[in-house]
Amino acid sequence: MVNPLSAASAPERGTSLWRDGWVRLRKNHLALFGLAVMVFFCVIALLTPWIAPYGYEQQNLQLGASPPSAAHWLGTDIFGRDMLTRIMYGSRVSLLVGFVATAVALVIGVLWGTVAGYAGGRVDAVMMRLVDILYALPFMIFIVLLMVVFGRNILLLFLAIGAVEWLTMARIVRGQVQNLRHQEFIEAAFSMGLSRWIIIRRHLIPNTLGPVIVYTTLTIPNVMLLEAFLSFLGLGIQPPQSSWGLLISHGVESMEEYPWLLIFPGLALSITLFALNFLGDGLRDALDPKASKD
Amino acid sequence: MLRFILSRLLQAIPVLLVVITATFLLVRCAPGGPFSAEKAVPPEVVRALEAQYRLDQPIWQQYLSYLGDLAQGEFGPSFRYPGRTVNELIAGGLPITAELAFYAMLVAILIGVCAGVIAALRPNTPQDYLPMSAAMLGICMPSFLMGPLLVLIFGIWLEWLPVSGWGELAGDKLLPAITLGTGYAAYIARLSRGGMLEVMSQDYIRTARAKGLPERVVVLKHALRGGLIPVVAFLGPAFAGLLSGSFVVETIFQIPGLGRFYVQAAFNRDYTMILGTTVFFATLIVLFNLLSDIVAVWINPKLRHQLSRSR
Repeated sequence: MVNPLSAASAPERGTSLWRDGWVRLRKNHLALFGLAVMVFFCVIALLTPWIAPYGYEQQNLQLGASPPSAAHWLGTDIFGRDMLTRIMYGSRVSLLVGFVATAVALVIGVLWGTVAGYAGGRVDAVMMRLVDILYALPFMIFIVLLMVVFGRNILLLFLAIGAVEWLTMARIVRGQVQNLRHQEFIEAAFSMGLSRWIIIRRHLIPNTLGPVIVYTTLTIPNVMLLEAFLSFLGLGIQPPQSSWGLLISHGVESMEEYPWLLIFPGLALSITLFALNFLGDGLRDALDPKASKD
Repeated sequence: MLRFILSRLLQAIPVLLVVITATFLLVRCAPGGPFSAEKAVPPEVVRALEAQYRLDQPIWQQYLSYLGDLAQGEFGPSFRYPGRTVNELIAGGLPITAELAFYAMLVAILIGVCAGVIAALRPNTPQDYLPMSAAMLGICMPSFLMGPLLVLIFGIWLEWLPVSGWGELAGDKLLPAITLGTGYAAYIARLSRGGMLEVMSQDYIRTARAKGLPERVVVLKHALRGGLIPVVAFLGPAFAGLLSGSFVVETIFQIPGLGRFYVQAAFNRDYTMILGTTVFFATLIVLFNLLSDIVAVWINPKLRHQLSRSR
């Protein structure tokens, strides 16, 4: 039998929250602009192998490093490789790291926070104490260490960054769940004999989504920065793969003669970070009015 | 208050132990022994070296003796540069990194607090939007991009400032400090704006104004103290960020500080060096987090009151 309460009330509550948020978000032009930029960049990144103007490793040694021109909109590097193409391929790695590492953080953080908040008592105390201890660890240095010890592996990079970023997520979710746990609709679900797991999955997690989405959007730029930082130091993505951080690092080496090699990848990274931060701020105002900054 | 400080100090001990143990194990797990990559070395030399670095002992014994060394303030020798120790490198690099971090923090706090307060005085006007947009720019412009761009503009194109070095040419400390500081200036601007906005709507500010105090006194004497609490809480984590930021900035500007040594050690796979420096960094970061917690309680009468009541 379909459960009348959960079938009727849950979706309606959901849509109204989302519609409300969307209406508010639409008034925020900066956030919409950020969203548009991100969609545009993601589409470009997905389609890169088909729409890139040149091949990724296609060299033109006679041309060498040349400034932007009609044939090469963003110029070429010292091997005559097209910068636009390289930045497009780099965006695939940068965005992938951003999304995958954030997803890792999201899954760990939401599960950890939900279980701690729902269980309460001693379980909660132990779980959150662990988060406190991990918080105090200097993770940046640990990631550098991990990359040194285990080699510069992209999968490890995902895991290492994700493993750092879940802590705040766990705290946010736990706070939400603690608030929700004593509300009537959870008690109603419990009294109807639903199992704990179903209550967690069907009632608690969906209701924490607002803050989680907001924080996720704000985590992605942090993660991308972290990847770029590591790649810049030579501890992240390794050639022949490429990311924006690596392109910036190469650009720095020859910025005196060929400044466009530094400026364009830098612009790509900065614009993306801008867009994601504006979108995140806008989403926070739209979905989580209580947490808005003023 | 004393009890609070003591309890926080006690909490820092397990954190430090976790850091030391994890770092030690990680470094020991590293594939390939430190001497395996070298050209063929006679076995007796290898044995002598292993004895010197205690690699011939079982791992738990190595761990315990390392803990013992740490307790005496010995961070260990360097694998790559025989005769040099982590302590010497710290002694050489730390003053430089500390100076850089100090200037960067100065830049960050001065610019950040001014921008934040100015923005909070007239929220949602150009006086607010302008500094806050600049802050957003600072957040989205990481140091490894900001640094080279500043070098390009002020060092190479305009030729106003030296492009590298530390304490050799006039003004060569300016660009590194600005590069390292601006990101934090941006965060501090946002935090102090938020803090000030919250405080400015409180009753005691209205009281101060009702007493007929000039606005300058209300803002600087009454509001600032409460408004900057979020900034103080941020300083501990910011310090950790400054350390990792120094990796980049010292590499860009060729500054012989700890950050550059650390990156070099990472590239050389100088494991004992990495181990020692990591433990040292971690201890510093834990201590600074502790310090910023204590200061946050000290300047916030509400928290102080809660503490004395809970006793």
